[in-house]
Amino acid sequence: MMSNSDGEPVASAKIKVVARDVNVFYSDKHALKAVNLDVRANEVTALIGPSGCGKSTFLRCLNRMNDLIDGARVTGTIAIDQQDIYLKDLDVVQLRARVGMVFQKPNPFPKSIFDNVAYGPRIHGLAGTGAELEEIVVTSLKRAGLFEEVKDRLNEAGTGLSGGQQQRLCIARAIAVSPEVILMDEPCSALDPIATAKVEELIDELRQNYTIIVVTHSMQQAARVSQRTAFFHLGELVEVGDTEQIFTNPNHKLTQGYITGRFG
Amino acid sequence: MTEMVEPLTASVTVAGVNARLRRRYAVDRWFRALGVSAIVAALTFLILLLGTIIGQGYTAFAQSQIRLAITFDAAILDPDGRGDPAVLGTADYGRLIRQSLETLFPDATERAQRRELSRLMSPGADLELRGMLLADPSLMGRTEEIWLPTSSPVDQLVKGHTGRTAEEGGQFTDGELRRIDRLRSDGRLAARFNKWLFTQGDSRQPELAGLAGAVVGSFYSLLVTVLLSFPLGVAAAVYLEEFARQSRWTDIVEVNINNLAAVPSIVFGLLGLEIFLNVLGLPRSAPLVGGLALTLVSLPTIIIAARVALKAVPPWVREAALALGASRLQMVTHHVLPLAMPGILTGTIIGMARAVGETAPLLMIGMVAFVVNVPATPVDPATALPVQIYLWAASPERGFVERTSAAIIVLLCFLAVMNAAAIYLRKRYERRWG
Repeated sequence: MMSNSDGEPVASAKIKVVARDVNVFYSDKHALKAVNLDVRANEVTALIGPSGCGKSTFLRCLNRMNDLIDGARVTGTIAIDQQDIYLKDLDVVQLRARVGMVFQKPNPFPKSIFDNVAYGPRIHGLAGTGAELEEIVVTSLKRAGLFEEVKDRLNEAGTGLSGGQQQRLCIARAIAVSPEVILMDEPCSALDPIATAKVEELIDELRQNYTIIVVTHSMQQAARVSQRTAFFHLGELVEVGDTEQIFTNPNHKLTQGYITGRFG
Repeated sequence: MTEMVEPLTASVTVAGVNARLRRRYAVDRWFRALGVSAIVAALTFLILLLGTIIGQGYTAFAQSQIRLAITFDAAILDPDGRGDPAVLGTADYGRLIRQSLETLFPDATERAQRRELSRLMSPGADLELRGMLLADPSLMGRTEEIWLPTSSPVDQLVKGHTGRTAEEGGQFTDGELRRIDRLRSDGRLAARFNKWLFTQGDSRQPELAGLAGAVVGSFYSLLVTVLLSFPLGVAAAVYLEEFARQSRWTDIVEVNINNLAAVPSIVFGLLGLEIFLNVLGLPRSAPLVGGLALTLVSLPTIIIAARVALKAVPPWVREAALALGASRLQMVTHHVLPLAMPGILTGTIIGMARAVGETAPLLMIGMVAFVVNVPATPVDPATALPVQIYLWAASPERGFVERTSAAIIVLLCFLAVMNAAAIYLRKRYERRWG
């Protein structure tokens, strides 16, 4: 049988996100089957598994991006800090301010670097004055490790940066609205190895302040950046545990097969 | 060095490969030649068309005029000396012209000869004098050398469009030809810039007929069309692309919009006639109604162009904005619309260019009337450029032939300017974010 649960709870860790019996249907396709997963605060949780296994689908449930897809249906409950995010009267806009997202392909807006980072604070009214806004932008760029590289050209187009810089700009843009959770959907798959190393380093730093869930195709990446790893297969959560345990001593044969490269 | 690789099958030979390559190159060359000849053919037709129109029309930008010494005689124009505009407006300015001509040709003493003298001038020349005096009352009592338009037959003769003899289509007596020749050798008769073409409305006299009424009518119509069809079209496209869920209902709307774009414009004209004139009771022949009818014509085109432009905005822009907590409306107004705007503007201008050249719907709502006055407001009777072309092309006078071509040139200039604006807008916004 598949082990759906989180194993025995660790007393010290605070649980940030709780998913119970989550099912996702795209029209007739059953994309995610009865997933139960707890995500600990201030840790990096990696979601791994072969293509089409449902890990990105699960990620997109957490900020309700699946709502945008015609014919998508989500059942079960997902709670962040004990608050159900699928309640009818919950404001999706507020949810997405609490749960930031970084996409596979770096997608800065075709605006200046400053405006990219300032966009979120502007629409959420986080800065009262121009000076406050500037402070938020500078702090966010610093946290994303990008400030030193772009401080002299904040008014140039964000699309003019290199791929790795663009991705860090997107991370700065996401953290500018002070989210609690950051979702990353294969954030390094479009980057070269050096840019990847920088982003991975950044992810490790960010976990001091944020709860991070990262979908990745690279097992090395999961091993390098995450404390917890969840393995998905064919829409089911096969196994979840400490990253070290998953990679050295997986409980499930499927997990072992995947991490040793027998399928994928 | 690499070893020779054995071919997979015996039939693959060097000669065979070379022959196939030669065939491929030959097909390539043929295809390119075909493309070049298609472009050459299209350009030839275009040059022929433009050449004919410009060749026939450029003479209309000049008008034969006679310089006469006109004395604004107070005894004729204002016998009471009160300067009453009503009196000045109805005074006999033709007599001033006749007097001036008779002093130039004192030998013309018989009635028939005097009639011939009058036939030199345009029947509207006296209106020109009236306009001058009303604009500047200090002219009263003075004598001025003034260029006045000739009649259309004289104009056509000066421009060489008709011959001198009866066999060549001339309609002048020997005495008239002599006088015309004398005026020319004196430097009193010459083809000068045709200001009436740009300042006057329509006229029965070709030499006084102008495009000002049609240009202003077209401008007002277009203004109404832009103000209505741009916001309506963009709003419809944004709703269908960004807000409406895909359903049977949106499918039906989409199919119907595409069908409307293909409906002949005269049908929209009939619709406009029924709704705007018969039901709503708006004024006939007015640019306002013309603009409303043209809105019906151009709306489907603009909706389709705007939807294509919105579709071309990559989906990641929407995801990025929504994932930051932007509402759908913020996503559209902050990100999607600005990126789609060059495409929407290009589509709108091309739709407008089509509306400028549209004739049929304007005929149905009465913008085909003979309108002498230049419209002051969008509810005054007016014609439009393409309708003016249609009206002049149907006029029998020789002078309207060249004016028809001139009107076409003006319309083509309108279109060229609008299309250039479309290209400029597209280039400008494309360059903005590399």
